[in-house]
Amino acid sequence: MILLRYAIGRFFTMLLTLWIVSILVFAIINLPPGDYLSNQIAELRATGQAEGVAKAEFLRSEYSLDRPLWEQYMIWAGFMPGPQGFYGLIQGNFGWSFEFDRPVSEIVGDALWLTVLVNLAAVLFVYVVALPLGVLAAAKSETWVDYTAGFIGYLGLATPNFLLALILFYYGHKYFDLPIGGLMSPEFEGQPMSWDKVKSILFHLIVPTFVIGTSGAAAMMQRLRANMLDELSKPYVETAIAKGMKPAAMLRKYPLRMAFNPFVADIGNLLPAMISGSVLVSVVLGLQTIGPYLLTALKSQDQFLAAFVLMFVALLTLIGTMISDVLLMLLDPRIRTGGRRE
Amino acid sequence: MALLEVSSLTIGFGKAAPVVEGVSFSVESGETLALVGESGSGKTLTCRSILRILPANAQLRGGEIRYNHAGASCDLTTAPEKQMRSLRGDRISMIFQEPMRSLSPLHRLGDQVAEVLHLHNAISGSDAKRRVLAQFERVGFNDPERAWTSYPFEMSGGMRQRAMIAMAMVSKPDLLIADEPTTALDVTTQAQVLGLIKDLQRETGMAVILVTHDLGVVANMADKVVVMNKGRVMEAGTAQQVLGDPAHGYTKKLFAAAPVIPTVSDPVAPAPQTDLILEIRNVTKSFTLRTGGWRAPTVVTACRNVDLKLPRGKTLAVVGESGSGKTTCARVALGAITPDAGGEVLFSARSGETPTDVHNMTSAQRRNFQRDAQMVFQDPYSSLSPRMRVQEALTEPAEIHNIGTRAERREKAAEMIRMVGLSPDMLPRYPHAFSGGQRQRLSIARALTLDPKLLVCDEPTSALDVSVQDQILGLLEDIRDEAGLSYLFISHDLAVVARIADEVAVMRGGVIVEQATPDILFHNPQHPYTQALIAAQPEPDINRPIDLDLVAKGAGSTESWPEMFRFEGQAAPALRELTPGHMVRCHA
Repeated sequence: MILLRYAIGRFFTMLLTLWIVSILVFAIINLPPGDYLSNQIAELRATGQAEGVAKAEFLRSEYSLDRPLWEQYMIWAGFMPGPQGFYGLIQGNFGWSFEFDRPVSEIVGDALWLTVLVNLAAVLFVYVVALPLGVLAAAKSETWVDYTAGFIGYLGLATPNFLLALILFYYGHKYFDLPIGGLMSPEFEGQPMSWDKVKSILFHLIVPTFVIGTSGAAAMMQRLRANMLDELSKPYVETAIAKGMKPAAMLRKYPLRMAFNPFVADIGNLLPAMISGSVLVSVVLGLQTIGPYLLTALKSQDQFLAAFVLMFVALLTLIGTMISDVLLMLLDPRIRTGGRRE
Repeated sequence: MALLEVSSLTIGFGKAAPVVEGVSFSVESGETLALVGESGSGKTLTCRSILRILPANAQLRGGEIRYNHAGASCDLTTAPEKQMRSLRGDRISMIFQEPMRSLSPLHRLGDQVAEVLHLHNAISGSDAKRRVLAQFERVGFNDPERAWTSYPFEMSGGMRQRAMIAMAMVSKPDLLIADEPTTALDVTTQAQVLGLIKDLQRETGMAVILVTHDLGVVANMADKVVVMNKGRVMEAGTAQQVLGDPAHGYTKKLFAAAPVIPTVSDPVAPAPQTDLILEIRNVTKSFTLRTGGWRAPTVVTACRNVDLKLPRGKTLAVVGESGSGKTTCARVALGAITPDAGGEVLFSARSGETPTDVHNMTSAQRRNFQRDAQMVFQDPYSSLSPRMRVQEALTEPAEIHNIGTRAERREKAAEMIRMVGLSPDMLPRYPHAFSGGQRQRLSIARALTLDPKLLVCDEPTSALDVSVQDQILGLLEDIRDEAGLSYLFISHDLAVVARIADEVAVMRGGVIVEQATPDILFHNPQHPYTQALIAAQPEPDINRPIDLDLVAKGAGSTESWPEMFRFEGQAAPALRELTPGHMVRCHA
């Protein structure tokens, strides 16, 4: 009950945050002077292509770029009627990409899901790798197990992602016949979902997951190891041993539970860090995620596309934080019953 | 054959000389053996070696720990790990010092206690729960079902320690090892927990090894005593022998240091003092707890209508259990927190000066006040910065107040360190190079560098060993008389206060329940809570055991007090002066 109330409250603060983020995003994108269309118009004028100018002028008024900034924002977000009435983000209209001359939703459509997929896979990878290694390193601290885990960790942290990507592509292809580049075989692109397509995607995911996840996993492993070492020196560990517990069971039940909090709290940070961190990797690996789109959009002041991608990343972050907050509440009675004390 | 025989036990760290050497003793079923010693005496390592839960870098270098049970006998120093696991928690169990930190905060008490049964028996969940609930009831939980689903942080220290005891007792062990089980508790709670351990022992016939530094606890609990110092046994024998007629010089020294409540025959009322350095008038402090979410915030009153007068050059002690509001009073007195409207704190640094209101000062007055009033904290391990040399810690206050040149400040630091009984060539060291007692001397020196007039001591000795406590109290007395200081002394220990105070105020539940000179208070305690405090003080004399009934009567809830003293809800009776200089909170 408390949990449900908390989750609902949390959801509303999330909406509020999203609203503030939308203002910031819109303001920052509009900071550089001019916009995509006015740049284009200036260019067309210079080259004397009058009919192009007319189209651009039409788009400018169609997308309200000739209005004051705050009105542009209100129309974009859907708080105020534009030339097509109320038709903004809230109503499900993500805007128009001038660069690609198509609606934003059409451009990013597939990329959105692939982005979520790649990054979820990477987060999963981080947890699956970091959890056992971190616990093992702490339990066997200052033995060869610890040193080996630490060495692998530092290696993972220190290797540039794109370099790792190239190396993995080369050897993966040479020895395991892994595909190079992309997130699916070209014949499935634009095809409806099918079992073969899923298989192809999973197969293509292996290298990107590894590349994007390695440094996160290494960092998380080190954090978990440090937390576990702290916990292992606490008296309740001694109590558990004095009860007659086996070391492995004791480790799982008590210190790991305690060391888990920061681990869970990291979910929120991990998602955005990975998405922004994977832009370069996506370019190198030729992944059809939104990373490369963001790069292009920012360069050419394609404002609706850029704004949408940034909003999407913000949404993922907020969802991540919300998930980790609710999980923490479930995991830690001290947070859950904070008000019930005494 | 004794249940447990330890012979020539030797334990050491790395290549260093052993820290426990040649320790031998034995315990019979139904018997209590006390391992007595100061911190660093090796008593904790000794008791942990029985369960073989020593720190990873400690080695058992020799000796034998023979455990005889049901006709079989085994050596616990060499028994295979699997056998040790089957003994731990089942046949031999342990209670630790800090009940908060020794229980996992993330698991319900029921889960943690029942785990013992599941580890050692093939028992169904409902059977285990039934036994745990019975045990909870036995250790004094009024509502065992609620305790089953509670988390440790939802309980007071005493209740947590009861849960620890339930966990140690639930499998009916042959031997219970209790490592300073009551050191972290208030005196009245300590008395009740000790009584509980004794009762349980009588019921089950188990043996108890009690590790403690408190001879009073020993006198109340032990059949046999082993006194340890620097890893060796100094003296061993029956409690009667060791406590009645200590043979070894070290034991005698421990006795001399143990604080006792004096017996006074004919107290005289002191002449009323008019030259006050500090006066606390009608101070009430309430805190608003924000619980988050949509619930209304709750208001907690930490102290109510407190009036205290501290005459110049005297010591006023405020005594009470944790949560009684004594620390809040001290913090209000120092101006660290503002009292609710209506209360004021008046301070006059010099005799004849007009008193200033501590909570309504100009910034110049405030700076002066901060020089004139200083504080000594409870925990010398965390009140000195580990990254500052002693020199820096001692010169910093003068630096902040811009007093003297660099050379003068250093000179002052050297003088101060000499004053607290340490040597000036220790100045370049860091705090970690000092023992607990020495660190407390350093914090006193730091408080004194600004030549204050008033020193607020917040439990300055409760983190220290008895013999060190004795030295620190002596030092505080000397300094007070030498420098003409006045002390506001906060403590939970009446025996400590008995020695140093000129006036004692006993607090309970945020109000003063009784106030008098120590002589009057100990000769003729009127309030049931004061009586409980005095009764709960363990005396190092086996012929004067703790009167648990008296403790239970006074230390219970304020509604359970006799008619004359009872609080009706929030409304406490008034503080009345029964005889001159003796105030008691009671109905007329």
